[in-house]
Amino acid sequence: MSAIPAIAAAPIGRRVSTLRTAAAAALVVLAIPAIALLSGRAGIAPDFAARLLPPALAHPFGTDPLGRDMLFRTIKGLALSLQVGLVASLLSVLIATALALLGATSRWADEVVGFLVETVMGLPHIVLLILIAFALGGGTGAVIVAVAVTHWPRLTRILRAEILQLRSADYVRISRRFGKSWFWIGRRHMLPHLLPQMLVGLLLLFPHAILHEAALSFLGFGIEPARPAIGILLNEAMGYLLAGRWWLGLFPGLCLVGLVLCFDAIGNGARAMLDPRASED
Amino acid sequence: MALDVRLSADHPGGFVLLRLLRLVLVLLAVAIIAFALLKASPIDPVDAYLGADIARVGPDQRAAIAERWGLDQPAPVQFTRWLSQLLSGDPGFSRLYNAPVAEVIAERAGASFLLMALAWALSGVVGFGLGILAGARENSLVDRIIRTYAYGLAGTPTFWIAMVMLMVFSVGLGVTPVCCAGPIGVPPADVTLLERLHHLVLPLIALTLLGVAQITLHTRAKMVEIMSSEIALYARAQGASRADIALRHGARNAALPAITMLFASLGELFGGAVLAEQVFAYPGLGQATIAAGLGGDVPLLLAITLVAAALVSVGNAIADLLYRLVDPRMRRGPHEVLQ
Repeated sequence: MSAIPAIAAAPIGRRVSTLRTAAAAALVVLAIPAIALLSGRAGIAPDFAARLLPPALAHPFGTDPLGRDMLFRTIKGLALSLQVGLVASLLSVLIATALALLGATSRWADEVVGFLVETVMGLPHIVLLILIAFALGGGTGAVIVAVAVTHWPRLTRILRAEILQLRSADYVRISRRFGKSWFWIGRRHMLPHLLPQMLVGLLLLFPHAILHEAALSFLGFGIEPARPAIGILLNEAMGYLLAGRWWLGLFPGLCLVGLVLCFDAIGNGARAMLDPRASED
Repeated sequence: MALDVRLSADHPGGFVLLRLLRLVLVLLAVAIIAFALLKASPIDPVDAYLGADIARVGPDQRAAIAERWGLDQPAPVQFTRWLSQLLSGDPGFSRLYNAPVAEVIAERAGASFLLMALAWALSGVVGFGLGILAGARENSLVDRIIRTYAYGLAGTPTFWIAMVMLMVFSVGLGVTPVCCAGPIGVPPADVTLLERLHHLVLPLIALTLLGVAQITLHTRAKMVEIMSSEIALYARAQGASRADIALRHGARNAALPAITMLFASLGELFGGAVLAEQVFAYPGLGQATIAAGLGGDVPLLLAITLVAAALVSVGNAIADLLYRLVDPRMRRGPHEVLQ
């Protein structure tokens, strides 16, 4: 329970190869929003002359029932997933940090935070996601809030353990004896230790956030059906599955898996660089 | 005397008692949070109930409906009423299925729990086996294949696996049915066991694949640790074969952590079941969750939330107890361990 489980943890290789993989993955991830921005209305503008075409050179991923190119729809969907994932994981890390710090203030606060963690962990993610999306009436904003609110508990536990350890570290005790305030110690001694954990936590939360966003949109609770999100694309594909239009469902999902694996590679690369405990790998 | 047992986390009995108390508190907190979230929804229950008839109903009638349902009371009063109803065994009426919530859940829980229990057991056995196989010889070809497979699987959304399986086996090859828990048009009571199993195969595989990855990776890591320990080295020096060590030392030591992890992963199992059931139109609790959420059926959604929370929290509690069993350091409590 000590670490956020990487969806696909580092192939136990050497540090250099881990970092090389991470750099390649980062390039792929950065290319997605760039292509989505530069491609203009490709994948959005309907073309009724080219409805439901199977994959071919002109349309590598085929076309959808409105004749839109599935390759560009997928890329735009991935870009949207990235946006939602980024905002949601950032919020989640902020919640986790705030609660972990709060928990460090007193034994009583620690109990309350621990209880909150346990309560959120006691519900299947998907059920809590549905409840929150329902409470907020659906839409992109609701997805972001729902994903952010469900993903903080593990990181909170990690940060809490880190803070407790730091608090009893010798240099913190000595600082304390020298009369430094907790605020000064927090800023100068604790934050530099917590920041790498927060960054790695952010990167490792990302794939979880993206997958849950896709699931929520797929089920119909999430992003508005008019926007090309991966979950929406897959939801639409369900209707054409029995008619044998396999390309509608296959490629967007495959690309989503690719994106998730990219983020895991980046997260593991960051951990290899930032976490001293991982340096022996 | 039994009453003299101090409520202390250090005492085994005390720990279990405290853990049970926490469990009840967590469930209560879940009930409050779920109720508050559903109350905060912009969807008006009376509007949702009326549906298309909304134009034919005057404000008086609306007020009458709201009063009959107790919606004119403040939220805390509504909550306590709902809770006391629930504790007396009546979770309300499902508008969506036009039946008491208890009936809907009882009917669907059977189908869901069959699916989840089989997937749970199967992913435990398969995942453990693969983990042992991979961890017995680190970085061997078998290890690499199993590792790559588990990593890839772990990053794959359940609902997409389910879709691909539907495309390949039901649409492409035509060997499995496309939906439901029995042939279309046959009442549930008349479905034979063979037909049931035939309809269960795909959801079961989809759900099992989800669980396998985690157990495999976890067991593998544990195995690698044991195989490089001094126990293994000593046994090797005495002439034991690698397979012998893997089974006698590795598998035995890795078993309990794997079981613990299985209990802690019940939340993901339920989440996976929701998605798999939706794709295969399998009439279980998961599908009802989504229908209730999309259709604004508040009593049903609340009740399912509590069932899911109970399942997951009990799983977490069992995992906690097992952790203490596995790792004596945990018995000193989290605070002491950290310092």
